[in-house]
Amino acid sequence: MTSYLLVDHVSKTFPPAEGRGDGLDVFDDVTLEIARGEFVTMIGHSGCGKSTLLNIIAGLERPTRGGVVLEGREVTRPGMDRMVVFQNFSLMPWMTAFDNIRLAVRAAHPGWARAEVAAHVQRWVDMVGLGGAESKRPAALSGGMRQRVGLARAFSTEPKVLLLDEPFAQIDALTRGVIQDELVRMWSATRNTVFMVTHDVDEAILLSDRIALMTRGPQAKLAEQVEVKLARPRRRADLIDDPEFLRLRTHILRFLVEGSLTLT
Amino acid sequence: MRRDRLRVALYSLLIGAVLLGVWQAAVAGKPAGRSIPGPAAVAATAAHMLAHPFYDNGPNDKGIGLQLAASLGRMAIGYTIASVIAVSLGVVLGLSPVLYRAVNPYVQVLKPISPLAWMPLFLYTIRDSAQAAVLVIVMSSLWPTLANTAFGVASIKRDYLNVAAILQLSWPRRLVTVILPAAAPAIVAGLRISVGSAWVAIVAAEMLIGGTGIGYFVWNEWNNLALTSVIFAILAIGVIGVLLDAGLGRLSRRLAYTE
Repeated sequence: MTSYLLVDHVSKTFPPAEGRGDGLDVFDDVTLEIARGEFVTMIGHSGCGKSTLLNIIAGLERPTRGGVVLEGREVTRPGMDRMVVFQNFSLMPWMTAFDNIRLAVRAAHPGWARAEVAAHVQRWVDMVGLGGAESKRPAALSGGMRQRVGLARAFSTEPKVLLLDEPFAQIDALTRGVIQDELVRMWSATRNTVFMVTHDVDEAILLSDRIALMTRGPQAKLAEQVEVKLARPRRRADLIDDPEFLRLRTHILRFLVEGSLTLT
Repeated sequence: MRRDRLRVALYSLLIGAVLLGVWQAAVAGKPAGRSIPGPAAVAATAAHMLAHPFYDNGPNDKGIGLQLAASLGRMAIGYTIASVIAVSLGVVLGLSPVLYRAVNPYVQVLKPISPLAWMPLFLYTIRDSAQAAVLVIVMSSLWPTLANTAFGVASIKRDYLNVAAILQLSWPRRLVTVILPAAAPAIVAGLRISVGSAWVAIVAAEMLIGGTGIGYFVWNEWNNLALTSVIFAILAIGVIGVLLDAGLGRLSRRLAYTE
């Protein structure tokens, strides 16, 4: 298989505190291949380094060993081909929602005229249900609305890979479902390649084609990859009593509770 | 809240009235040469000076408006030069922790030097008293802005810079759309301190160089023993200082943001 995005034997060791000792091996020798248009999610306990791995793919951190290859080229620096949706939203607080998205669209399309950029931004504002709130600053928006801005900012630039770093962790449970459905809709429309990190099992099954399971850190390893063969489009209401959904859910939960302990 | 504001205004007026009363009582009944002028005499001078603020009867007799304008003009030049240097250098230092620490000892030594201490060197090297005064203003308004800008830029949240890096913003765009707005509250706080110290320094500098300006005016009126003019000029300096600070206060409210 020629993979679109290849995480090739990546290890990350944080330097030891005060410069002594061996340092902390967060995860070790992770290899993951993602095909074009695939939605892959990584699940693991806190501290298994999944967000660190996402940052390495984004180019925001460097791996200690190994490397990341996108479309045959190694990535070493951040770039517009890998947009990140951050857990803490990371919106510019001095800009309106509209301007936050526009900053990204202008960067992605430097040749576009002002009106063209504005029209494109407005399309995404409407797509994520931000209409009416686009002239507000992030501080005046709820967590759910802020992450809508974050998603619109990432999707509107049409990156090769979308990196979602626990995008719904800081959003209340009721809103989370709504925005997950919106993410499904946007992803169905664009068929982006997505790498997501989460510790929410239901969310992972609802959204993913494949789920990668990490053992507990430190020295976490990629233990297992689970294919999600549920038909799309998936609806939360149908999944609740779907036997395949329940089987996957039990399998992953059992792994998180027990398996990760025996495998280390 | 509204009741509080009413009480604040009332107390303020009361304090003002008491101060005027004490002043009046202290000077009342004493012969002119033995004490400073009272409030009534100063008010009369003020009314006279404010009626003709811009008259010009030669080098030693100009209206207070002209003198203040001369000081403000001088300050505008020096303050602008200092601010441009301080913000530029501050951004560089804020982005480079190594450079910051390398330069910091020099800044710490230069900062506590009274800007007036430079005056002889400036007079000797450029041999132009007006330009020397401008340079004194530069020295007085450099450090607060520099220190605040460097601190503000150094404490920009990593997240914003990460987004800028992912969007591959060019350096000028990164500066204008991310770094300066993110550090703007700290930068303006520095500019606000600087404008205050520049206004403090200009009065002293003008006493030394002479010619024009409110500082020269105060010294000149002292030489004329026109104490009512001196007192009124002191009040005018205070009022202008408040206005300068209020202007930057408005700017700071416009550039503030909540995370």
